[in-house]
Amino acid sequence: MSKGFSTSSVGRKILMALSGFFLLFFLLQHFVINFLSVLSADAFNETSHFMGTNPLIQYILQPVLLFGVLFHLGMGIYLDLQNKKARPVKYAMNKPGENANWMSRNMIITGIMIMLFLGLHFYDFWIPEIKDKFIDGIWDNPTKYYEHLVHKFADPVRVGIYVLAFVFLALHLLHGFQSAFQSVGFNHRKYTPIIKKLGTLYAIIIPLGFIFIAIFHFINHSH
Amino acid sequence: MDLTLKIWRQKDAKSEGKMETYPIKNISEHSSFLEMLDVLNENLVNEGKEPVAFDHDCREGICGMCSLYINGEAHGPDRGVTTCQLHMRMFKDGDTIYIEPFRSKAFPVIKDLVVDRGSFDRIQHAGGFISVNTSGNTQDANALPIPKPDADKAMDAATCIGCGACVATCKNSSAMLFVAAKVSQYSYLPQGQVERKERVLNMVEQMDKEGFGNCTNTGACEVECPKGISLEFIARMNREYFGASIVSEK
Repeated sequence: MSKGFSTSSVGRKILMALSGFFLLFFLLQHFVINFLSVLSADAFNETSHFMGTNPLIQYILQPVLLFGVLFHLGMGIYLDLQNKKARPVKYAMNKPGENANWMSRNMIITGIMIMLFLGLHFYDFWIPEIKDKFIDGIWDNPTKYYEHLVHKFADPVRVGIYVLAFVFLALHLLHGFQSAFQSVGFNHRKYTPIIKKLGTLYAIIIPLGFIFIAIFHFINHSH
Repeated sequence: MDLTLKIWRQKDAKSEGKMETYPIKNISEHSSFLEMLDVLNENLVNEGKEPVAFDHDCREGICGMCSLYINGEAHGPDRGVTTCQLHMRMFKDGDTIYIEPFRSKAFPVIKDLVVDRGSFDRIQHAGGFISVNTSGNTQDANALPIPKPDADKAMDAATCIGCGACVATCKNSSAMLFVAAKVSQYSYLPQGQVERKERVLNMVEQMDKEGFGNCTNTGACEVECPKGISLEFIARMNREYFGASIVSEK
């Protein structure tokens, strides 16, 4: 591997795409498990218990995920600051909307909004889970997950924030999904149009699904 | 047509510049944008004022010399044209037109609307060449068979005139479309294979040194490029770079 890869613009772009792919895959499995909570409390508890106690997931995949999130965020902010420096004098008249869509031009805004939401999300779910297991040492409580979930989604303010966050996620993915393919060098006359359609579907269906889950539990458990 | 021009005036590279307003009358809608600026300069000279400096050379859309950020877009509101090919019929009588230099840290302003695009030359020097002996023993070009689709792609990439519209329009001021075109034009051809890996590594390294921003795939460059260079070439450069990085011994 060349020394300059991880510090070059093209190398970093590829790393942003690879971490993006990883997060896309993570989001999909997160969605599938969450969706179980709509279908059956038992199935959701059982899967969550497995995810929360399996050593491979806990000690290998969880740190990798955390690193992936932080890397994608940190590198995204760093590159954006670098990009802003590349044009010290701004245009007096600029029409960026004439040649590129809003989503592609505002990845940093949608990205930071998602990260702010992740703060709340970690406070709600991840930190209590880590506290339970690694501070209080309680590993075996296989029915807590569903209760915890519906308890959190009984609060209308929280549900509102979740809905808004997923709108930002959708905007981020509308550009990010297809952009990641381009960054790793995948651009094909035949397949790229399919990837773009697939990306649009993913960017709409997954966030909409998460919104549905939050509203579903709010309606069923807020009384 | 009667127009109001708002033009960036800057005495030299070190001075601070500012937008200044110039009314201009009786412009033919059939004239090109640069001809309109010629009229303005004639007027300014007659009034004993300093004419506006702007880049131009061939005035037929092939040299890449004319630049200008016109009403918020590189080479103005038309598509697939350089500024010399932009006609005044794209504007309406009474319009106010903003005329600014291409903005990038790597394209410093020399005077008024003229910028130094020497950073592009230095990227070319870093790898945009093939090493062949031209002492008179050059092989017949037809002796090397090249598949037509490859020759076409190489030609598509080689149509880049290095004008810098991609940099000017990119929100990150990134030069990826230019560098991708220059990397790709050789990578499709047998003559380009010898230096293929080194070329992409060196050109990207030089691009980063010059202070261009990073690409975020907005696609604005492809839209504004007067020669219609495709984003396909950026993807190709990314692949080339990744591959060359893995095997590089540097």
